[in-house]
Formats: sequence, C-alpha cells, structure tokens
Amino acid sequence: MAKKSLYVVIVGCGRLGSYLANRLSALGHSVVVVDKRPETFANLSVEFSGFKVLGDAAEWEVLKEARLERADCLIAAAQEDNVNLMAAQVAATVFKVPRVMARVADPAREQAYHHLSIETVSPAALAGDLFVARLEQAREGGRA
Amino acid sequence: MKLIIVGQGKIVFFLARRFASKGHFPIVIDADREDCLWLAQKQKGLVIEGDGTHPRVLEEAGARECQALLAVTPHDQDNLVACQLAAGMFGVPRTLALVNDPENVAAFRQLGVRTAFSTTHLVASLIEQQAGFDQIVNLLPVAEGRMTVSEVSLEEASPAAGQTLAELGLPAGALIACLIRGEGVLVPRGGDRLAAGDRLLLIGTPASYGPALRRLLGKEA
Repeated sequence: MAKKSLYVVIVGCGRLGSYLANRLSALGHSVVVVDKRPETFANLSVEFSGFKVLGDAAEWEVLKEARLERADCLIAAAQEDNVNLMAAQVAATVFKVPRVMARVADPAREQAYHHLSIETVSPAALAGDLFVARLEQAREGGRA
Repeated sequence: MKLIIVGQGKIVFFLARRFASKGHFPIVIDADREDCLWLAQKQKGLVIEGDGTHPRVLEEAGARECQALLAVTPHDQDNLVACQLAAGMFGVPRTLALVNDPENVAAFRQLGVRTAFSTTHLVASLIEQQAGFDQIVNLLPVAEGRMTVSEVSLEEASPAAGQTLAELGLPAGALIACLIRGEGVLVPRGGDRLAAGDRLLLIGTPASYGPALRRLLGKEA
C-alpha cells in the first residue's frame, strides 16, 4: 500500500478524537490534534508521532497554529456539536481544506447541516442503525 | 417585529427591554435556568429556557415567524450555529451574531452571517474615538463618569511644552494632579515648567476635558 501520506487535523482529543489520532498516526499519516483541555493529550498512545495544539478550535489563531491551510483533511470530533460545525465550515470555506468531516452527536442538528457541503457523522444514528440491523438479522436467522 | 435573542445574562435582558420599548416583540432563548426565571420576572416578553442552537428550540420559539435573530452568547460556535439554523431552516431574513474572537468576523461573513460584530472592535473603536490618538491613555471614568482621569504625553509640538502651569491656564474643573518626568514623579505647582516627554495625569470634568486637552496638546480628543 504505497498510498500518499495525508496531513490530517483532528479537532478534539477525547475518546473519538484520540482514537482517530492514534489510528491515523499508526497508518503513517501526519496528524495534528487540537484540544483546549491539556489532560486529554494523555489519551494519545506512546507511538503517536503527530503534533498537539492546545487551544479552542473556535478561535482563528488556534486553527492557524494547526496549519489548517496545508491540511488534506479535517475531522471535527470535539464533544460540542457546534464547535465541530464551526471548525468544519471554517476549514472548508476559509482554509479550503479539501476533505472535511464532522461528528455531530445530535441527529436533529446533523440533518440541519445536510444542505451545507459538510460530511457529518452522527454516532447515535450509526450505532442505532447497527443495533436495528443486528436485531433484524437475528430475527431473520431465528425464523430461517 | 418579532425577533429572537439567543444569549445569557444581562446583555439579553437589556437588549430585550430595549427592543420591547421600541415596540418590537423580543423572544429570549437562554440556556440558564436562573437567568430565565429572573428575565421572566423582569420583563413581559416570552422567555424560553433552552439551547438556542437546537432546531427544536428555535421552532418552539416561533423562528418561522421571526424577522430577525440576534445571537449574543459568549461562544462563537453557538452564535454561528444559531444564526445558520435560523436562516437555513426557518428562513429568518436577518441574522446578527456577536463574534467574541475578533479574528472570526470575516469567517462569519463568509459563512453567511450578514451582520457579525465584534465587541473587541466596538470597544476599541469607542476608546479610539474618545482618545483620538495615542498621546492619551488610560481613560478612566470615576464617579459615574462625572470625572475622567487620563494620562497625557507631551511632545515637542505640544503647545504646553515649555510653559509653566500658571501660563498654561487650565480651565476650571481640570487639574494636573501629577507630572511624570523620567523616573521622577511630582505634584506640580503653578511655577513648574512642562517639557516635551512629560507625562501628565489629568483629572477633569467632562466639560473641562476638551478645552484642557486643547491647551495641552493643541487638539481635542
């Protein structure tokens, strides 16, 4: 797999953000992870070879420090939906980041952003769909 | 007109009161329960406790019939999302956002919030208007603004440089309380001569302030 290594900025270093940062770093990508809570950086593995930026992703200066203008991708995985929605839009519109994805916890809010050109992922909807699918599978299996 | 104000604290109360007094119908959305109770007691308009960045709460507030939404929370992300949802989902024609980080103003405009204003910019420009130039610093109102204390620096070109305080003839109501020259600080008397490079602590009533500055600097703030 001689794919080009990507420069990925991840907003939020909580459970999801740190998981992404560790995985992508292990895959050989250049990762910058942004969080305003310094203690969250403890979630990063010892093998994590990327950079950490301490700051609020809703602040311009912080996004600049993460060198967003050079990023191939931004993944907004902070706890607050609105931080993710703002960081994602600023990344796409102002910094012209080619690929932008945002975690949006609230499915109602996620829907509202469908008309904007942001890829959103709603963990609640994903998990819910998975549960329903498995339940249906089990039912069909039981009947067969 | 009907308008929604999303925010918290006193700013929301005073904005709502102001709009109500002009015959508008403000609807406040505030996430803080205590704020809401207090607001509901103090003013007649509708107060909704909730997250003003949530589609359901905006719907409940009647966003569809509103002509404007004003988002003034201390968080830029919340102000942005409230405005975008109001415009995008409910067709609110005018959205205004407070931008806490002044560097976000341009981004807000690019993201469709037509009116984005920064308190930092507003306050800075107010102070600049008051002071006019950097020869005056530390403008500090005391006694509810009935007296003003400021620090004035004299330059070569300042008319007061070379004059004694007595020759200067400051207007009634204004006083140079202190003269800072190099490392030294003194309380000047009428015979003391002012010089370029001096920093003066000027205390005065609002009425005497302009004339005093004109005597000292040749121009008014």
